[in-house]
Amino acid sequence: MQSLKAQILEILSQDCRTPLERVAIMTGANLEQVAQTIDELERDRVILQYSPVINWDRTDKERVEAMIEVKVTPQRDMGFDAIAGRIYRFEEVKSVYLMSGSYDLLVLVEARTLKELALFVSEKLSPLESVTGTSTSFVLKRYKQDGVIFVGESTDKRMAVSP
Amino acid sequence: MSNRFVSPRVAAVPPSGIRRFFDVAGTMKDAISLGVGEPDFVTPYHIRSAAIDSLLDGETQYTPNKGLLSLRKEIALYLQDRFSISYDPEKEMMVTVGASEAIDLALRVCLRPGDEVILPDPGYVSYAPCVTFAGGTPVPVTTKAENEFRLTAQEVESAITKKTRALIFPYPNNPTGAVMTREEMEKIAQVVEKHDLLVIADEIYIELTYEGDMLSFASLPGMKERTVLINGFSKAFAMTGWRLGYACAPEEILYEMNKIHQYAIMCAPRQAQVAGQQALKKNRENGYEDVQMMHRSYDRRRRVMVDALRKMGLSCFEPRGAFYCFPSIRETGLTSEEFCTRLLREQKVVCVPGDAFGPSGQGHIRCCYATDLNRMIEAFHRMDKFIQSL
Repeated sequence: MQSLKAQILEILSQDCRTPLERVAIMTGANLEQVAQTIDELERDRVILQYSPVINWDRTDKERVEAMIEVKVTPQRDMGFDAIAGRIYRFEEVKSVYLMSGSYDLLVLVEARTLKELALFVSEKLSPLESVTGTSTSFVLKRYKQDGVIFVGESTDKRMAVSP
Repeated sequence: MSNRFVSPRVAAVPPSGIRRFFDVAGTMKDAISLGVGEPDFVTPYHIRSAAIDSLLDGETQYTPNKGLLSLRKEIALYLQDRFSISYDPEKEMMVTVGASEAIDLALRVCLRPGDEVILPDPGYVSYAPCVTFAGGTPVPVTTKAENEFRLTAQEVESAITKKTRALIFPYPNNPTGAVMTREEMEKIAQVVEKHDLLVIADEIYIELTYEGDMLSFASLPGMKERTVLINGFSKAFAMTGWRLGYACAPEEILYEMNKIHQYAIMCAPRQAQVAGQQALKKNRENGYEDVQMMHRSYDRRRRVMVDALRKMGLSCFEPRGAFYCFPSIRETGLTSEEFCTRLLREQKVVCVPGDAFGPSGQGHIRCCYATDLNRMIEAFHRMDKFIQSL
């Protein structure tokens, strides 16, 4: 049996707009317990934000994205955290991960145009003292993100009535 | 006119009431269906993938009649692991084309002309016709909402005559969602022992038990020797279209079942067997992750549906297994058929009339909660509107 916290996290991760009343029905807990648990999850910074998965290609917003592999020199006592902090504070940067393997940081960047993005790399990222190299790859097509498949239609292939 | 060639015994059995309703429902656009009897999950990808690999590797041949031994060994491990029952994969187990085939085989092997078979009413649509096709006589025993649709030992015993050969024991139950308790099962075990009956335990929904013990009938003391255990992959692993089930039974019974299967079917499709083996192996290794994930999802939607039906004013027993609610619509003054037909015409929601599952289902409808949550909630709005309009 899952804990109430685990149940709530699973329900909200599938649809964060699920009304509290329904979460209560689904888990068999009362409304107060559910509200209190969610408060706790927010306070403990387990739940950080409620945001939708958006297919921007279906909007008229211009947008380019790139994944940048960054090699850096770690700093004494600070390791990679200091340089990561320098990078993640740029508002173009959507995600930063410390990676194992042939480079150190994976940086996901979003900009309006290709040029803007290129300028970000050449003028903001590369000049940083500890950055020793970058390799930029542009996103061409999004097939799946956050567990959601972006391409094709999902249709119910079942017959309307079956025994 | 070729009906002179048709056997009256077959012609006398009416087609499934579900199919009759399907003809109307199938033509409706934008209808939301709560009338399905299968998971809304697609078979987990690793399972589908195993079948694809098998095809690409050229595994296109027959398998042994009883199914791949490697699959039967997995089934044996699964039954041991989940229900603490031991079956010999070589002598006491066979793989069938869905649990449906296994039901048919068990009845054909065990019934003599005129033998009576006790079965709960309402119940799955195929039991009574299969009994008839096998030359027996179905004896329905009404289960009641006030007993949470459980079969009581007393009711079983009072239906027993000198001709009674077998009891069909399908729990968790389609369409009611009833689950038996250990205590009640033990009482039924005493009755079948006393009257020396065979038990055909259709446990296809057993993994979808939300409350109470997940208890296999054959695991009760002394029951294995008089039980045909039937299960399959359709419900637990969302594999309905693969048609893969299995039967476990005492060697003497299984030997005869396999004979019919050998001559009539040959073997279950090979890729389905490979997929089934993957399903069991992977889930045994990862703590039944696929099963648990679907179980949690159904359980949540079960609670949402019960709550919504009750808020509409329908009295609804809280189902403890399978993925159906079976509310009473008696207070509307309509028959099950009228209710479902009008609900479909006026609000485009498909439910199945309860009497499709036997005469005792009259006054009820079956609603399946293996349905996308948002669609289901839209269906509730429509149903509520319909009920208000009556």
